[in-house]
Amino acid sequence: MLDLILTQMLNGMASASSLFLVASGLSIIFGVTRIVNFAHGSLYMLGAYLAVTLVGAFGPASPLGFWGGILLAAFLVGLIGIVIEVVILRRIYQAPELFQLLATFGVVLMVQDIALAVWGPEDRLGPRAPGFKSFVMILDSRFPSYELFLIAVGPLVLGLLWFLFRRTRWGTLVRAATQDREMVGALGVDQRLLFTSVFGFGAALAGLGGALQLPREAVTLHMDLSTIAEVFVVVVVGGLGSVGGAYLAAVLIGVLHAFGILIFPKITLVLVFLVMAVVLIVKPYGLMGRKPAATLPGAAGIEPLLTPATPGAKLAGLAALLLLAAAPLAVSDAWLLTLTELVIFALFAASLHVMMGPGGMASFGHAAYFGLGAYGAALAVKWLGAPMEPALLLAPFLAGIAGIVFGWFCVRLSGVYMAMLTLAFAQIAWATAFQWVELTGGDNGILGVWPSAWAVPKAVFFYLTLAICAASVLLLRRLVFSPLGYALRAGRDSPLRAEAIGIDVMRVQWAAFAIAAFAAGIAGALFAFSKGSVFPTYLAIPRSVDALLMVLLGGVQTVSGPVVGAFAYIGLSEQLVKLTPYWRFTLGLAIVLLVSLFPRGLVGGFLAWRDRRDAGDPAR
Amino acid sequence: MSGIEPVLSVRELAKSFGGVRAVQGVSFDVAAGEMLALIGPNGAGKSTCFNMLGGQLAPDSGAVTLLGRSIAGAKPREIWRRGVGRTFQITATFASMSVRENVQMALISQAGGAWNPLAPARARHVAAAEALLAQVGMLEQAGRACGILAYGDLKRVELAIALANGPRLLLMDEPTAGMAPQERIALMALVARIAKAEAIAVLFTEHDMDVVFAHADRVLVLDRGRLIADGPPHAVRNDAGVRAVYLGTDDGAEGA
Ligand SMILES: Nc1ncnc2c1ncn2[C@@H]1O[C@H](COP(=O)(O)OP(=O)(O)OP(=O)(O)O)[C@@H](O)[C@H]1O
Ligand SMILES: [Mg+2]
Repeated sequence: MLDLILTQMLNGMASASSLFLVASGLSIIFGVTRIVNFAHGSLYMLGAYLAVTLVGAFGPASPLGFWGGILLAAFLVGLIGIVIEVVILRRIYQAPELFQLLATFGVVLMVQDIALAVWGPEDRLGPRAPGFKSFVMILDSRFPSYELFLIAVGPLVLGLLWFLFRRTRWGTLVRAATQDREMVGALGVDQRLLFTSVFGFGAALAGLGGALQLPREAVTLHMDLSTIAEVFVVVVVGGLGSVGGAYLAAVLIGVLHAFGILIFPKITLVLVFLVMAVVLIVKPYGLMGRKPAATLPGAAGIEPLLTPATPGAKLAGLAALLLLAAAPLAVSDAWLLTLTELVIFALFAASLHVMMGPGGMASFGHAAYFGLGAYGAALAVKWLGAPMEPALLLAPFLAGIAGIVFGWFCVRLSGVYMAMLTLAFAQIAWATAFQWVELTGGDNGILGVWPSAWAVPKAVFFYLTLAICAASVLLLRRLVFSPLGYALRAGRDSPLRAEAIGIDVMRVQWAAFAIAAFAAGIAGALFAFSKGSVFPTYLAIPRSVDALLMVLLGGVQTVSGPVVGAFAYIGLSEQLVKLTPYWRFTLGLAIVLLVSLFPRGLVGGFLAWRDRRDAGDPAR
Repeated sequence: MSGIEPVLSVRELAKSFGGVRAVQGVSFDVAAGEMLALIGPNGAGKSTCFNMLGGQLAPDSGAVTLLGRSIAGAKPREIWRRGVGRTFQITATFASMSVRENVQMALISQAGGAWNPLAPARARHVAAAEALLAQVGMLEQAGRACGILAYGDLKRVELAIALANGPRLLLMDEPTAGMAPQERIALMALVARIAKAEAIAVLFTEHDMDVVFAHADRVLVLDRGRLIADGPPHAVRNDAGVRAVYLGTDDGAEGA
């Protein structure tokens, strides 16, 4: 028993090292540039792939070939990081946080397709490390010596970072910039050079983390997103911007993982979540993090006056609804299916909008609630033998309850901290669906989630969907203009003033979070029945990003925006998928271009246009 | 209960930021209908005092009693429910709402209606909101967005918001900053009138000594976190210690 505990302990410490390398890179970059680099997991993945290729080319048997390959891979990833910084990020330091996150997510998409094109879809196995192929006997159990080496890497790098930050001029500058950005400008330092070098350095750390995993696990195309979610957890637990905190949290999470697998193999991620929850209750900004010096008020830009729809706009909405209602008379069943999906996504986007628009809360994990709605319906059908009607009714509650639980934590944070936490929660929901095979069928999903007999005809199901979604969207709209919606907006516009007039901002945000989750759950349940099946991808990160893009495309500030955005986005991306096998790359490129061309956001552009139009047209 | 029990009573209030002792050992009372000015040079600790009274900051030590009950360390929203309205040195209003909606929001919250998720908010408390706006002279601009108002007008909107809970105590941190001189006098005259009519205790800070000496019933002087004077305006004006503090930094004390 004792030896088992020890082995797992050492195992956990070994994974912690890689996690720490990636997390510390993310943390350092954030400290200086204030950018949360979503693509950090992609850099980690690139490090691993490059190492496979380089070590293979240099000869994995010789120590020089192996270690040279690993180090060169890390170095190359650093260079890639520099390119990303110079070409993309440099343009968007002034953009709202959400757009920065989106831009780095665009990079994630591009890297995914590049890796697919270069290394192919098969998993790659790396060689064992020369000199570390043996085992060490610890209390009668064999322990790979490479693991011991990895365990040492963590503290070693931590020490090196400490030395770098305390003893070199560059490190001093990085620390100064982390604490006070204006000061660095005042010191006459070339800020651009500093930012670029910091990004390259952080990227190289991620690349090294990936490359060092080579002898331990297969290199796959999924390691980018699974790593970034874990790294977000580590960084949130350790405290964003704190390297020491990152190490502490990496060890905590790594060891927890190792023991979790031993004791509760099915719920390792839930265990991680519980620890994160406890840490955040006690220390909302992580073990060693500090409260950020006020969330940037400029992040949201100047808010326009939110006015109810004009009679003209209402008429247009009604016309669109009637047009949709007439669709079954005119289009084929295949088209009707697409339209059903569009209507469902419109509700999904509208639900996220309630959080992001009036609530000012960025969620990178809204798919969790969509997916939980879908799984709620599917599980009710599969395990309770429920027909469609009660399943549709019950499913949103699963999403709503998850919204209540996750939301409680999320509303305690703000800005990027909150976005990272929503993502981590979504990833946990995804992992549960993926890991808990007995309940959810894992990767194979749950099939046979069909509507009741009366709703099987495509036209009938379309009308059912249209009725439920239209009613839900209208209710969400009503919410935005209700006292609760106003209180939510009050908390976004000025938390200081809102609290000073008796509004409990956090509770109002919590309520909005739960309502948004519930509404997303309705959309997810309908989606399950329209597809006849559910899969873990329903809760995966790309789906969350879909929702974000729909909202941003339509406009955060308008209530009808997300609905329009959903139609535009789904329409566009369906075309894209048909046109090119590398649609991820194209989509990622489009996101990056959009964000770097309109750093103030699409909405900013739209508002400027509207103001110009209004100025020219006094009748409005 | 004696007839002149103070609305607010502050005893030995203290707050430090790291090594900076922003406020130390501050004690005073404010009576109903009284206009009490808290003055002092920049960084004296005035806003820190206000934030401790309004709940934005928790005091390190000391007692704050409102109408006989302690509010030290209470949350801003609890303090608002106890009948305290406040304005901020840097105005805090809801930029995406109209002037009227800003006041409506405060009235909705005061009436306990902020949790209603369905009724249209714009139809709530319209008359009461407009009455408050008329009182501060902002009725004509009721439909404009707060995000585009002139700074002086924002200060008026804040006053209307602060009055929305029918306060017993009004905390005003530099209520006239950003206004023209005549406007300042007029606004503080308005505040004084409301305070007398509705028996509201008013604590305000102000850098314009004309305004202070024209409207304050009593003046407190804060310097580096400590109270160095407390008395009627003419006495404070002639206080040697106060003159020393203000000499060279603000000639208002001698000039007014
Ligand atoms: N949040 C804070 N953190 C650290 N120090 C603070 C903080 N708030 C105030 N201080 C410091 O406390 C002291 C008092 O500040 P305060 O804002 O209360 O002064 P004030 O009298 O309102 O000045 P002003 O007339 O400029 O508004 C100053 O030295 C200030 O730097
Ligand atoms: Mg002040």
